[in-house]
Amino acid sequence: MATAHTTVDSGSFPRVRGWLRRLRSGDEIARLVTLLFALSVILLTLFLVQRLWDESLLARQAFGWTFLFSRVWDPVAGQFGALPFVYGTLLTSLLGLIVAVPLGLGAAIFLAELAPRRISDGLTFLIDLLAAVPSVIYGLLGIFIVVPLMRTVIQPALGQTLGFLPLFQGPAYGIGFLTGGVVLAVMIVPFIISVSREVLLAVPVDQREAALALGATRWEATWKAVMPYARAGLLGSVFLALARALGETMAVTMVIGNNPNISASLFAPGYSIAAVLANEFSEATGDLYLSALMELALVLFLVTFILNGLARILIVLTARRGSGMAQV
Amino acid sequence: MSLGRVSAGLLFAVSMALSACQGNTVTVLNAAGATFPYPIYSKWFDEYHRLHPNVQINYQSIGSGGGIRQLLDGTVDFGASDGPMTDQQLADAPVRILHFPTVLGADVPSYNLPGVTAELKFTPQVLAGIFLGKITRWNDPAIAGANPGAGLPAEDIVVIHRSDGSGTTYIWTDYLSKVSDEWRTRVGQGTSVNWPVGLGGKGNEGVAGLVKQTPFSLGYVELVYALQNNMAYGSVQNSAGVFLKATLESVSAAAASVAASMPEDFRVSVTNPAGAAAYPIASFTWLLVPTRIEDAAKRAVVKDFLAWMLTAGQQYCEPLAYAKLPQEVVARETQAIALIQ
Repeated sequence: MATAHTTVDSGSFPRVRGWLRRLRSGDEIARLVTLLFALSVILLTLFLVQRLWDESLLARQAFGWTFLFSRVWDPVAGQFGALPFVYGTLLTSLLGLIVAVPLGLGAAIFLAELAPRRISDGLTFLIDLLAAVPSVIYGLLGIFIVVPLMRTVIQPALGQTLGFLPLFQGPAYGIGFLTGGVVLAVMIVPFIISVSREVLLAVPVDQREAALALGATRWEATWKAVMPYARAGLLGSVFLALARALGETMAVTMVIGNNPNISASLFAPGYSIAAVLANEFSEATGDLYLSALMELALVLFLVTFILNGLARILIVLTARRGSGMAQV
Repeated sequence: MSLGRVSAGLLFAVSMALSACQGNTVTVLNAAGATFPYPIYSKWFDEYHRLHPNVQINYQSIGSGGGIRQLLDGTVDFGASDGPMTDQQLADAPVRILHFPTVLGADVPSYNLPGVTAELKFTPQVLAGIFLGKITRWNDPAIAGANPGAGLPAEDIVVIHRSDGSGTTYIWTDYLSKVSDEWRTRVGQGTSVNWPVGLGGKGNEGVAGLVKQTPFSLGYVELVYALQNNMAYGSVQNSAGVFLKATLESVSAAAASVAASMPEDFRVSVTNPAGAAAYPIASFTWLLVPTRIEDAAKRAVVKDFLAWMLTAGQQYCEPLAYAKLPQEVVARETQAIALIQ
């Protein structure tokens, strides 16, 4: 077939002729090369999942679905369950978001809408710098500053005022879910600020001017005209931060307490998936043990995948609603 | 000082390095494994390279588990581990693998008790009880009994353990398994275990940091780490009933006390040994060497290095705070080198 093609006069095939012309002008080459790059990302992801799937075969056979719901993690007895780690991962990430989202969006609004340009640019530079700090540094800050503060000031205060809630009961060790969440919040705030600011700056000036022309105050224009317009992008920044929080390893390992424990109390020590992988992988001997760690990695991948999928759906839904409101 | 002279010097250094590489007789060995003995191993490989410039041994301290895996996969010439290989792992190996004890490590109980100045004494039952979560207060009669007049507070004990898989945890849990039946059946021994109570810190520095920061806490750290960082630690009662602090001598004595009954393959636990001078929470760390090495040059280097390590190499142990091998063990190991073919 291939030889037949080359012998046929390309002039009789307009599509082929067009393709050759684009090839000569370079468009087609650029398309193929960029397509290759795009495909490599997908292939890499598929390869990763396939490896994790293969390597976790033993554990999947041994435990089946109970792996996801078992609370026991006992390398000596060969009993492995993922539930405490999934719980710790989701809880610390959620706590991080609860602290970081209002803080980050507020800062982004100030930088994009209210601050003078010079101050805004200077602060943004500093914030981008924060995003580049290695996570082990945040972990050390967590151990030496956040943990003692938590143990001596914040946790006792929370225990005294809100101690009737199960969330704030139990001994104040200083390390645990709450500290993990707070350190995560500090780490992801720069991402939220940086991306949200860009998104807000991309909102057309017309949008603000129209609101101001109708007699809105500066804040009303921001809150009612700019924010709804930028909603999809702002949500995107939050989910980018969430993705980072889910996979964060070093800083969380250093402050979460590393105890596979499901407790309603935020003061209690816990564990996250990324932390247990970092802790136990290098010394893990035995095929089932390794396989269980691989399956944990697979679970982390799935959790991230599902949350990102939900984020996509949410963004699509709100984008529709947002643009509808913008038209009104 | 001209740029020309600097670059000439550089050129000279590079050409020296190149000529060293080009020599046909350079033998490169790759090894990987335990992190705990990494400082002494890197010292040994460095000194050995100085004596034999044509031999280079690369050691990657990736952890005992990784060392065993890479040895079984055949990607390294020899491995290193803080815990002996299991029977299953030895059976899986393509060739017979020998364990060579190199140095000794020990764990010490470290605590943070504001207001208590006396050095605490721990009995095996107290350590097991605390780590099982059965002894929860510092003024428990079991602790107070061994420490009369220490003024122990009526506070909860915060137990701190290693969160990362480690040889240090292996030694600690191996010891607790020997002194407590309940520990052996409920928790067992390993580089990572299902801890009944406590908070996990990553690495010796993580445990030490948590102990330092958390009032009324108790953790365990590697003796080398405690000595290098001038940490206070308690003494432990050995099987002869004597309370001993871990020192390089008392740790070596632990190894000497099992030398006579040492099995052929050196896979022996030296925790809780007999002997009044022996510190009870200690262990060997091992090099894992295959009995068959096809490459004659590599085989010669491995055998020569082992012989050197057992004799001249031992002088580098104590400056780095590792306990030396007792003479009885050295003699046994020297015989075992002949098994490598």
